[in-house]
Amino acid sequence: MTLPDAAPASVPSAPEPGALRITARTALILLLFTLVFTALMAWVYQLTKPVLDATALDAKRRIIAEVLPADSYDNDLLADSIELPATAGLGLLAPSTLYRARKQGQPTALVFEAAASDGYSGEIRLILAVRTDGRLAAVRVTAHKETPGLGDYIDPKKDKNKTNPWIAQFAGRNFSDTPREQWRVKKDGGAFDQHVGATISARAVTKATGRGLAWALDRADALHAQPTGSSWEEKQ
Amino acid sequence: MNQLRTIAQNGLWNQNPVLGQMLGLCSLLAISTSAVNAVSLGLATILVMGLSSLIVSALRGFIPYEIRIPIFILIIAALVTVVDMAMNAWLHELYLVLGIFIPLIVVNCIVLARIEAFAAKNAAGISAFDGVMMGIGFVWVIGLLGAIREVVGQGTLFAGIEMIVPGAGAWQILPEDYPGFLLAMLPPGAFFVLGLMIAGRNWLDHRANERAKIRLLAHQPAHEAG
Repeated sequence: MTLPDAAPASVPSAPEPGALRITARTALILLLFTLVFTALMAWVYQLTKPVLDATALDAKRRIIAEVLPADSYDNDLLADSIELPATAGLGLLAPSTLYRARKQGQPTALVFEAAASDGYSGEIRLILAVRTDGRLAAVRVTAHKETPGLGDYIDPKKDKNKTNPWIAQFAGRNFSDTPREQWRVKKDGGAFDQHVGATISARAVTKATGRGLAWALDRADALHAQPTGSSWEEKQ
Repeated sequence: MNQLRTIAQNGLWNQNPVLGQMLGLCSLLAISTSAVNAVSLGLATILVMGLSSLIVSALRGFIPYEIRIPIFILIIAALVTVVDMAMNAWLHELYLVLGIFIPLIVVNCIVLARIEAFAAKNAAGISAFDGVMMGIGFVWVIGLLGAIREVVGQGTLFAGIEMIVPGAGAWQILPEDYPGFLLAMLPPGAFFVLGLMIAGRNWLDHRANERAKIRLLAHQPAHEAG
């Protein structure tokens, strides 16, 4: 008996001012929470930014030091750079930076990124240092998603052989001691070792390294001559 | 005291987030390829769970029921971002190991589940304790899963420990020429191992129940006689 009476009385009239107020209050609370926590994140970001910038620069220096010994150059390597667009010859899908090492003004080496998209999973990113005498100073893997424990020996940090990791076999090679067509793994008839049962990752790195070395040697003089900070344009 | 013990028991065993509630399987499967990876993600999860439970329970009086979920997610995401930035800046070595896993914590439903089920209704201190205990429950399961997968998959244990403890090395559990077992390293292998672990837990619980029943039966006549 009471139900039909109560329903029409409360449904049309009562909720309107109340609901509006509740909605406004709820929205305001959500807004407040968003503001407070966004402010918190912004504050921590401001606080950490100088430290992060310094660490990023430091990390870049450290990875370059792994492929090119510090006594190979005396210029400010990180400042002597040119912009590389996405370069098919290096397998790069996004723009990158190329650094030029000089000693007493004379070009000594090029440091640049390359990438391989034919690994076991995802892109393998490499950093190469190529000396002006045609030798590959060294190559390192900077990022990859190869299977842990199997293909990830391409990264010396994950390689079980700490004294002579797999990737070290590329250091000091050039196209006269290892002809261009020999830059593949032994399983494919090339000159470079691979681990049994995990060939795909090694094959991708070997191919990309050979390709990167060839790319750099073909245009070494032009790359060194390019004005600092300018953008490189590939000539067909 | 009693409540603390119940919370600890729930987190570690009875309502273990993985074995009991089957939560957070996505990050569990992705990260448990080695013991070090697994425990590292687990430690970061403990930190986020403890902090977010603490903050939500402290602010629970200001959170309207209707919009609690967006606010919880806002708080968790903001905390994870703060932890991510702070670790990157001040614990950089550890961040290099954990960094890629930290954003995964946001999507780990254990965090949201514990906030919704516990922190939203309880006082701050006890909620933080619950978050940490659930986090520890997550760590030991994911750590064990990671260790099993690592030993079966590549024959080592604690590979990569030198990134956390400089100078330490991995243990070679199986012979050096162990060829590896790819299945254990791939996600399906994680499902198999996790399934066996859940079966093991159910078996232990079942056995404990049976024993309790037998003990009860053995005591009953004595009660009636007395």
